Amino acid sequence: MNAPQTSLDPPRLVYHTAEGGARAIEVRGSWSLQALQPRLAELHTELARASADATAIWDLRPVAHLDHAGAALLWHAWGRPGTPRAALRSEHESFFRRLAAAAEAPPPPPIRRWQRLAWLPAVWGLRLYAHARDLVLLVGALVLDGIRMLARPSRAPWREISANLYRTGAQALGITALVGFLIGVVLSYLSSNQLKNFGADVYIVNILGVSVVRELGPVLAAILVAGRSGSSMTAQLGVMRVTQELDAMSVMGIPQTSRLVLPKVIALAFGLPLLIVWTNAVALLGGMVAAHAELGLSYRYFIEALPGAIPIANLYLGIGKGVVFGVLIALLACHYGLRIRPNTESLGAGTTGSVVTAITIVILVDAVFAVAFRDVGLAF
Amino acid sequence: MENPGAGRADIERDAVIDVRGLWSRFGRTLVHRGIDLSVCRSEVLGVVGGSGSGKTTLLRQMLGLEQPYRGAVTVFGVDLNRARGAERESVRARWGVLFQNGALFSALSVYDNIALALRELRALDEDIIRDLVISKLQMVGIEAHHAAKMPAQLSGGMIKRIGLARALALDPELLFLDEPTAGLDPDRSESFVALIQELRREMHLTVVMVTHDLDTLVSLADRVAVLCEQRLLAVGPLREVSALGHPFVRNFFQGERGRRALEVLEDVQRLMPI
Repeated sequence: MNAPQTSLDPPRLVYHTAEGGARAIEVRGSWSLQALQPRLAELHTELARASADATAIWDLRPVAHLDHAGAALLWHAWGRPGTPRAALRSEHESFFRRLAAAAEAPPPPPIRRWQRLAWLPAVWGLRLYAHARDLVLLVGALVLDGIRMLARPSRAPWREISANLYRTGAQALGITALVGFLIGVVLSYLSSNQLKNFGADVYIVNILGVSVVRELGPVLAAILVAGRSGSSMTAQLGVMRVTQELDAMSVMGIPQTSRLVLPKVIALAFGLPLLIVWTNAVALLGGMVAAHAELGLSYRYFIEALPGAIPIANLYLGIGKGVVFGVLIALLACHYGLRIRPNTESLGAGTTGSVVTAITIVILVDAVFAVAFRDVGLAF
Repeated sequence: MENPGAGRADIERDAVIDVRGLWSRFGRTLVHRGIDLSVCRSEVLGVVGGSGSGKTTLLRQMLGLEQPYRGAVTVFGVDLNRARGAERESVRARWGVLFQNGALFSALSVYDNIALALRELRALDEDIIRDLVISKLQMVGIEAHHAAKMPAQLSGGMIKRIGLARALALDPELLFLDEPTAGLDPDRSESFVALIQELRREMHLTVVMVTHDLDTLVSLADRVAVLCEQRLLAVGPLREVSALGHPFVRNFFQGERGRRALEVLEDVQRLMPI
């Protein structure tokens, strides 16, 4: 029996002259993938040279061990004939039979062609249409769930809402504080340098106040939450698709939107405005510290001047933005999550798509807000 | 049997896998308490045991996926937990694993799933790889036109077969099967068993198989290892093991299903005395 041996017998060809003057080639040694691997290049050239002689008589019977890779190597050297060119042991015949059958099989799978068309506008349009349709369906289902929830508040997913609020809100306090504080410091430092030139030091409160409360706080918090919570929501739903948990929920009659999507949307609709207030506060704190260091502005003056410098409408506007951003981020994250197909590549693409889209949409909607509310909160 | 007897030295010399004094635990739960087990060349060892008896853990330790708490696992003479680098890689090139749910790479087509390990060698030409992949697919009874499909488009039986083709891609000497017939209908599971028998003859495989399925055990296993209560209850030919008086063994083998499977075994052995 040609049991695999532990000490590998190197694969080699042995030549001698058969009766009649023809060249006889004996295949000896271990022709297994493991033994072949280190000497593949030399064997390739030797095999090519040996098989160039069409009259040579090959003998595969003395081989110590042969596996599929070894058989394929020899067979390719022979030019993939229908029947092997060598005398074989009976147990090796099936290798070559299978290889010959493989040659008749259709060519290897082509690269999926539709991927090459991905840049055509029509394909873009179709994709956009599919996204829009799914999103409308999702929003519709959410609205119906919301109505049902209002009709029977006792059956609402309070526990999930609370859990989501904790994960997306409470656990994001640290990172939003850090980023907010640093942005406040930087903004205050740069502005105060400019203001010093004009002797308009005290206006640092106005500049910081309006820009942080109206723009920076909401957008900063929204982008952080989109990256942090949006991606995790998409990944969670995607993994549930991969592991068939979504299917399990469906067959149990638990609606996916009301148990999975609605709590996330509600949690972010409440959580993000709260995070924005927090970010605002910390960013202003950072600005105050920097203004004190750079301009010598006293903390007391800063705090006292703040209410007068920022019309309260700006705070409401910022919080309103927060609600809209929160709903959008959760909605997009869930939309992308539910579109993930059960494979790992789709999971990665979906998560990326979710975060990129959410951040882009947040900035876009912020611009819309800026135009729509240009007369609000800025009149002095 | 548990009693090593005179054949012990022989077995050890020819052992492909050698498990010595293996303890494993998760947190505070002890899973194995001193397991000694050898797998000989060219045999099929079936590992059975109740749920939670650590069958899969044992398999994972044989694969070096988990560190034992105490004891050693040696595969092809290499201690998996001590060996580094090339030595470890050399072991990995000599075994193939069929995971319970196939564990096909969901982002790759069937073809690429099987070709992956061959390409990773960076030694073979793409046209040789192609022929190898197609012939491996034919070996497990999958037609070539399925090669372009993605794993998500396959049925459970096909996933098992393709998982097996992938496990065999590098022509391994040692094959691990985790519940090879779980989730297959009786007809398919029978043909899967026949397939493994055929491959075993053709490729001189040593097989370690974790299974619940008595029919699979009866038709494939040369020896059976029974894990129970954190220990190795017994190792030996199925007939000897099934005769033990231990409650788990009685339950497992002497139940309605077990009796039926064993009757078949006895019929076969009467007709073809070994």
